[in-house]
Amino acid sequence: MSMFITLLPEIIIFLGGCFLLILGLFIKKIKIINNASIILIIAVLILILFQPIQSILENSFIVDEFSQVFKIMILLGSLSCLIMFNSSNEDLHINIYEFPILILFASIGMMIMVSSNDLLSMFVGLELQSLSLYVLASLNRNSLLSSEAGIKYFILGALSSGLLLFGISYIYGFTGNTNFNLIAVNYNSQSLGLLIGIVFVCAGLAFKVSAVPFHMWTPDVYQGAPTPVTGFFALAPKIAAMGLLVRFLFNSFGEIYFDWQQIIIFISIASMVFAAFAAIAQSNIKRLMAYSSIGHVGYALIGVACVSTEGLRSLVIYLLIYLVMNIAVFSFILSMKRKDEYFENISDLSGLYKNHPFASVMITLTMFSLAGIPPLAGFFGKFYIFMAAIESNMFILSIIGVLASVVGAFYYLRIVKIIYFDEPQEKFDGFSIKSLNFLFYPSSVLITVFCFYPSPVINIADFTIRSLL
Amino acid sequence: MIELNQFLVLSAILFTIGVIGIFLNRKNVIIILMSIELILLSVNINFIAFSYFLNDLTGQIFSLFVLTVAAAEAAIGLAILVIYNRNAGNIEIEKISALKG
Repeated sequence: MSMFITLLPEIIIFLGGCFLLILGLFIKKIKIINNASIILIIAVLILILFQPIQSILENSFIVDEFSQVFKIMILLGSLSCLIMFNSSNEDLHINIYEFPILILFASIGMMIMVSSNDLLSMFVGLELQSLSLYVLASLNRNSLLSSEAGIKYFILGALSSGLLLFGISYIYGFTGNTNFNLIAVNYNSQSLGLLIGIVFVCAGLAFKVSAVPFHMWTPDVYQGAPTPVTGFFALAPKIAAMGLLVRFLFNSFGEIYFDWQQIIIFISIASMVFAAFAAIAQSNIKRLMAYSSIGHVGYALIGVACVSTEGLRSLVIYLLIYLVMNIAVFSFILSMKRKDEYFENISDLSGLYKNHPFASVMITLTMFSLAGIPPLAGFFGKFYIFMAAIESNMFILSIIGVLASVVGAFYYLRIVKIIYFDEPQEKFDGFSIKSLNFLFYPSSVLITVFCFYPSPVINIADFTIRSLL
Repeated sequence: MIELNQFLVLSAILFTIGVIGIFLNRKNVIIILMSIELILLSVNINFIAFSYFLNDLTGQIFSLFVLTVAAAEAAIGLAILVIYNRNAGNIEIEKISALKG
């Protein structure tokens, strides 16, 4: 019975998803299915808040403070993606009612990922998420770009699953266990096989969070996939994979952190530096956001590399702020449309200030926040991360991080320059869509007022990591 | 009597062939799907060999899960390939380049 209660959020989403899948066959209205999914997710969000803390299935599935907060972040990401889809499915010509259902199933996979404490449940959750995401990327069946994004994501994602599995098999073979806690008791830190396993699993997970050198799929998939799906890619799967990475490394190999710390430091530096330089030449705003998300993953990984309470706390703060900033940016991108045509180039934004002054001010604040300019939320996210790095005596890492964020500020500021100083064009219709404004304005206001009242976010972060260390 | 090391070497060789198959192949996406299967099945050899030599059932259960996931992955991969073929008219890897930059 306790097992049933612990798994209740996942079970509810699963049964609800199956029911809506059948319902969709009979009523051909996407809006109804989508709204039902939104209600389902809100119900589960409330349920998660009241869940008892316990572990079930021989300690392979854990509900604790860490998984609760990460599940709430994931579901907020899914929720905002569904709201974005609600406003755009007709204009994007995606008449496929499976969209919200695939989002629901991907959410189950991600919820299992952040709750898993066993290599088997981790693998199953990861695959459930990945298989749904492959289909989502190629959802626009009549578009060459969307199907190409799907095929690229599928090939590289399947390769990363292979790498991850190879690593899992070595960890299982050289410790004799699949449970994270039992692995932590049973490993032999001198074993070469174990080291191979850790390296392969780290590579597989780096693929999922799209850190350099495993980032190749990100720009293409972000550009090709339909915009609500791109928003979903940037919000939920990254946070889930980051949560999984933290739990895997800290629960099973927290004692021998020197073995994996170097790997994390390397991919973090590579992501920050690569993203800062590669994004400069982009002209498509979705592609730009892909590079931006690679860079943000680099900063978040500094928090993992610190191997300290401060590091993990700053990681959670950073991910929360990242979530809100990306909701603002993607609802803004989705508003860039005239009639039923969507615009994705940065040059299409020129002179936006003349036609939409209020939206321009808010997106400017969001861009400043992404660049990390004080006193906006993005600055504090980076500030906590660098403070944690300095406290762990990783001076070089934090210096490189600061320098990379200075370079990265260029491409965010270029958008601001185009909005304010270039020749104005026609008005966009999209800025009067209520559901997009409902996402865009609150999230951009939250970013702005964060500096006056940061304590709730810090308290949430403290609450989150209580169960880990 | 075959030792554990021999199984590990065999699966490592199959795994490497699979990875090389993905990166060196310039002709056809179907070959990539075959390479992905090869990678997943080489991992299965690992699991079953470890499971036998550790006297522990978990590895065999894991390999069943891997087989199931491999089947689902192949199905989704082929479906995406069909959509791509309908839009682009071919499945040659060198021509998959509408998205770049």
